[in-house]
Amino acid sequence: MSETATPEQGAEIDDQSKRDFLFISTAAVGAVGTAIAAWPFIDQMNPAADTLALSTTEVSLEPIEEGQSITVVWRGKPVFIRHRTAEEIADAVAVQANDLIDPQTDADRVQKPEWLIMVGVCTHLGCIPLGNKAGESRGDFGGWFCPCHGSHYDTSGRIRKGPAPKNLPVPEYSFLSDLKVKIG
Amino acid sequence: MKMNMMKTSAAALAFVATVMVSGTSFAAGDTPRAPAQNWSFNKLFGSFEPAAAQRGFQVYKEVCSGCHSMSLLSYRHLSQLGFSEDEVKAIAASVEVTAGPNDEGEMFERPGIPADRFKAPFANVQAAAAANNGKAPPDLSLMTKARVGGADYVYGLLVGYEEAPSGVEVPEGGNYNKYFPGHVIAMGPPLSDESVEYTDGTKPTLSQHAKDVTTFMAWAAEPEMEARKRMGVKVLLFLLVLTGMLYAVKRKVWENLH
Amino acid sequence: MDTNNMHPVMKWVEYRLPVFSFLDHSLGTQYPTPKNLNYWWNFGSLAGLVLVIMIASGIVLAMHYTAHVDYAFDSVERIMRDVNYGWLIRYIHMNGGSMFFIVVYIHMFRGLYFGSYQAPRELLWMIGVFILLAMMATAFMGYVLPWGQMSFWGATVITNLFSAIPLVGDSIVTLLWGGFSVDNPTLNRFFSLHYLMPFVIVGLVVVHIWALHVHGSNNPTGIDVKSEQDTIGFHPYFTTKDLFGMGLFMMFFMFFVFYAPNFFGEPDNYIPANPLVTPAHIVPEWYFLPYYAILRAFTGDFLVYQVISLGGLLMDAKLAGVLAMFASILLLLFMPWLDGAKVRSCSFRPIMAMAFWIFVLDCLVLGYIGGKPAEGNFITIGQWATFYYFAHLLVIVPLVSRLERPRQLPDSINASVLKAAE
Repeated sequence: MSETATPEQGAEIDDQSKRDFLFISTAAVGAVGTAIAAWPFIDQMNPAADTLALSTTEVSLEPIEEGQSITVVWRGKPVFIRHRTAEEIADAVAVQANDLIDPQTDADRVQKPEWLIMVGVCTHLGCIPLGNKAGESRGDFGGWFCPCHGSHYDTSGRIRKGPAPKNLPVPEYSFLSDLKVKIG
Repeated sequence: MKMNMMKTSAAALAFVATVMVSGTSFAAGDTPRAPAQNWSFNKLFGSFEPAAAQRGFQVYKEVCSGCHSMSLLSYRHLSQLGFSEDEVKAIAASVEVTAGPNDEGEMFERPGIPADRFKAPFANVQAAAAANNGKAPPDLSLMTKARVGGADYVYGLLVGYEEAPSGVEVPEGGNYNKYFPGHVIAMGPPLSDESVEYTDGTKPTLSQHAKDVTTFMAWAAEPEMEARKRMGVKVLLFLLVLTGMLYAVKRKVWENLH
Repeated sequence: MDTNNMHPVMKWVEYRLPVFSFLDHSLGTQYPTPKNLNYWWNFGSLAGLVLVIMIASGIVLAMHYTAHVDYAFDSVERIMRDVNYGWLIRYIHMNGGSMFFIVVYIHMFRGLYFGSYQAPRELLWMIGVFILLAMMATAFMGYVLPWGQMSFWGATVITNLFSAIPLVGDSIVTLLWGGFSVDNPTLNRFFSLHYLMPFVIVGLVVVHIWALHVHGSNNPTGIDVKSEQDTIGFHPYFTTKDLFGMGLFMMFFMFFVFYAPNFFGEPDNYIPANPLVTPAHIVPEWYFLPYYAILRAFTGDFLVYQVISLGGLLMDAKLAGVLAMFASILLLLFMPWLDGAKVRSCSFRPIMAMAFWIFVLDCLVLGYIGGKPAEGNFITIGQWATFYYFAHLLVIVPLVSRLERPRQLPDSINASVLKAAE
């Protein structure tokens, strides 16, 4: 191979680079097309429109007496709604947030202090904690107790003892009226 | 060789063409085909006219839904027709749906929500048949896809009631319809002029009602149609470009062979 | 393949698992391919493409489909209405079935015209016939799954074919149904088998391609490869040509998906299955119409039936029709021996070429008749077309192939290419 190209060789190289450009751009267009075509095949696994339509639940709070809880199903999971007593609220507020495993004040977790609304799924490995029904064990802190691996939650649903790493999560919700709440 | 290729290609085209012709269905008996209407949604890039479809929903709700279910639709689907979220909620809430069982094990009635399916007029097929001289009115969710002639047929049927020609015996409980296969249909003329009072000032004629409700049913049968046609343009244009490039690549590769 | 120029990672893999040289020898530069293949040779790779698309879309649909008589229809409509891009995937799968048969039928007619089934490619051809049979079973069971009226009545009619078998027929049908009519157990097993069969097809395709690679592709002249001058590497020549063909084909395919998705379908299948009402005209999917015409041609007064059943002694017309329908496909297995010519390609056998085109026409007529109601002239035409179908395979091909004097063959593939370029 000589260093200086003759005009003929130059044309050949020019032609070569044109070919390469064509091949590479075609491959690129084809690859992009294939990638885009793959998206519908992936996206179909995301929640379908009918699933999403049920992603909000409206709950009437009227029948819940003070000191009672109910469980409603939201997105296939239980949501605990507790009408807290003044004593429970006082207990929850009195706790120093900084000392907790997952530091959160009670005010961070409720919109109206008497209504505690949270997803009733233990943050450890997904069991449903006890304590929402009368007569169930409520753990060492008067809230909820997960029987699977012994996590204790307080009256604000915060993890106080046991293997769970996080407080019981609070779903997005809003009060439509004083006694009507929309979850999700 | 060249001649052969031409012959072969021509034959292949004929093959595909024949397959296509034989693939389409045939009209039943002596029933005439309903004349083709100028539907906006049947055009290659056409879409549903939202105002017509909304009026059509009104016709369905006030007339058809007395007997015909549309069980594949949910109220939330109506937002595709341009109804606002609140309107959809109000429409859904206007019906009572059976839900439950509650904690006592009882079924109970509650106002509908957008996620609910269209409420059916009868509890089951048997009840529907019992209330309609033994013939259950068909579900309308897929009507324009489920009949030969599609929207033209549905429209033709709705406006095709007439006096039976002399010599044709219409049995008790039957009605003569020009476009119904066999002509004798159990359903009486469902629509007439001013069956429904439109709020948008459209003249409430029989043909207008029929057009509107057919548009609504065409949307109900193929709610994906507009998205499908829009995506189709992009996909085909992309394939055209890619195929053109692939042809250039093929030419380039093969040119140094000769 | 020169392993020395490889990337170190490729080299590492190649030493342990020689995938790169395997690919190179199966569809790369080291797979010598006749240089004169025309575009009819694209349909094999197209069939492979459709198979992949069908499996991909099918697996995805199975994630949303419910195989229960009460839910099947609604679950399909949920796919169409609520699942993200569900309508797209379902229409791809639905039209893909038709595309598969279009491509495979052209692929087969190409084989018939150019004598691709002749020695030494008999097994290659026969495996292909088995692929067709597997495809037909898959397509039939798939069509049942949406549980519309055509699904139900198609399943009823086709499973009832087996009742024609003497003595054990009814027991076999009960076994197929898992009950006393087409019902939930039938739907469940059809779903299971519909999911299984494509992988059987994949296995058959692997064997098909294996057999292909032993002697390589036939070619339009039908003469054997004699020297290296006759061939070029599969890559880059036929990879690029196949890709171009795939582009054209995808445009054809996607046109139907987006603008005429129900073109190949029947309106009746959008009516949920009703075991008490048979639709006025039940027709199979278009790709089964020719066989359906053969099935229906066998009535008591059909001359061919009278002859083969010895005047009705041997079997009834129903059984004869069923046997004839299966024979119409199984006979293709014997093509390599029915055709006794020394020359493969019909390009050099003008009489055989003519017979071929008449046969193609006959198949189209059968398809047309299969879609028409069994009445009047349609019956007579169907019977003649059925007669001709078998006459072609059993009489015309054996005789013409042995009697016809072929035209002068070119000296080599290369010579024919050079001559065509002049």
